[in-house]
Amino acid sequence: MVAGIPTLWLLVLFLIPFIIVFRISFSEVRLAIPPYTPLLSWRHGAPVLQLHWSAYRFLFTDTLYVSSYLYSLKVAAVSTLCCLLIGYPMAYAIARSDAASRPVLLMLIVLPFWTSFLLRVYAWIGLLKNNGVINNVLMYLGIVHHPLALLQTDFAVYIGIVYSYLPFMILPLYANLEKHDGTLLEAAADLGARPLRAFLRVTLPQSFAGIVAGSLLVFIPAVGEYVIPTLLGRTDQIMIGRVLSDEFFENRDWPVASAVAIVILLLLVVPIMLFQRLERRQLEAAK
Amino acid sequence: MKAHSLFARTALVLGLVFLYLPILSMIVFSFNNSRLVTVWDAAHSPTLKWYVALLSNEQILRAAWLSIRIAVISASAAVVLGTLAGMALARLGAFRGRMLLAGMTAAPIVMPEVITGLSLLLLFVALEQLIGWPKGVGAVTITLAHITFCMAYVTVVVQSRLAGFDESLEEAAMDLGARPLRVFLRITLPLILPAIASGWLLAFTLSWDDLVITQFVAGPGSSTLPMVIFSKVRFGVTPDVNALATIMVLLVATGIAISTVWMRARQKRRARDLQLAAAANL
Repeated sequence: MVAGIPTLWLLVLFLIPFIIVFRISFSEVRLAIPPYTPLLSWRHGAPVLQLHWSAYRFLFTDTLYVSSYLYSLKVAAVSTLCCLLIGYPMAYAIARSDAASRPVLLMLIVLPFWTSFLLRVYAWIGLLKNNGVINNVLMYLGIVHHPLALLQTDFAVYIGIVYSYLPFMILPLYANLEKHDGTLLEAAADLGARPLRAFLRVTLPQSFAGIVAGSLLVFIPAVGEYVIPTLLGRTDQIMIGRVLSDEFFENRDWPVASAVAIVILLLLVVPIMLFQRLERRQLEAAK
Repeated sequence: MKAHSLFARTALVLGLVFLYLPILSMIVFSFNNSRLVTVWDAAHSPTLKWYVALLSNEQILRAAWLSIRIAVISASAAVVLGTLAGMALARLGAFRGRMLLAGMTAAPIVMPEVITGLSLLLLFVALEQLIGWPKGVGAVTITLAHITFCMAYVTVVVQSRLAGFDESLEEAAMDLGARPLRVFLRITLPLILPAIASGWLLAFTLSWDDLVITQFVAGPGSSTLPMVIFSKVRFGVTPDVNALATIMVLLVATGIAISTVWMRARQKRRARDLQLAAAANL
């Protein structure tokens, strides 16, 4: 019973919904309720299976979709890399600080996460827009004479994603770096390794699992990100999460929206399985 | 100080500035008189007029009340389901369906929200066709969706807390003849209570804050606070949203301060109990 109730809940509200999405992606759109054709129909007393590939064909022939997928992967990859470059030194500094200040520093990292994600993204509109805080400061200092176009650019999306997902990068990295054995570094130093070399040869390889976990926690949700590109991003190039939502709400094309979802899942299936394996290993190691 | 740790510390300080600068700017500009949000009107600021505007905005207040109710119900249900799942994964060993449960609790955490939202809506539509329930989308379907993604987080929190404890305490209680329910109530539950509390708070925050999944499964007349905020800020910045953000930051900071004090007191009490126990053994 302990396992049964949550399993049943997730079966009905997590797994079965995916099967429904998969099913509808092989339908055709029609003007009715529900707005798609049934897969199974009865003809002369026998069931007929009707699989339509039109939604998928549409996805791969219209360049809008392909370019949105590629753009989303690029944005997610660049943002993940930036998160790693900013988050790693931060996690390292926290792991190396004295035991008393560590909880405080960790709290400072997590605290923004507890305040509204939407409002924190919104705050960047006020900072980045043409007469926003950053441009006002730059013009006041005389560094620029005309406001820089910062909002509705790729740069704004990177800032937004890095800003929102940074704690997800720092926490697994910290959990990993905190466990490192200092004697290995001392041994490396005794053997004459300079600090940078010791870091590259000892610390970095040891923290590999943390790097992978943090990167996956940022990359996977970033691919399907909807709020950040909608509020901060370009209008001429949209990300795939927005495409899905627009297909569903604006075009009311449920089969194409479902097919978009299935293709995102296919792109993410390897990273998601990698993440689950890491998660399992970490919990087993904690025992 | 060594060069590399100086570099890391500088990065930490700059990173924290990066994390807090936007929040600070929202707080500052919530007291700004100008409608232009980011242009400081020194002659008439600071002012509380956006707070007054916010607290007399019927639409925002109604949405906030709906969000609070949904978040309380979702977090409570997610804690029950997540604790069961966490216990099953941490304590039951190899049972049939273990891989399935483990997979289904880890996946919602990283799953892009548009996909979860779309799939849940399609489920509700299919259910309504099949069994006539739920009748349309609204607060009920939002709550069901929120319970589902919140319970995944609770599961992880409870499971990792349980993984940190060995089973000998529970085994000892059972050896002494305690029934499973009694073992759970007297041993396991007190052990995982901090995890359950933080799981509830996490679930509450996630539910209170969710926009994307909610948009899919909400209907007319069931606009939550994030939905109202999103439709406002999508077409530009509005100063009363800054006031709202400031109030939320203040509430969260107060909550964290209280819980920190409470945890400290709990730790002190435990340390004292341990000392007393050690003294009694001498």
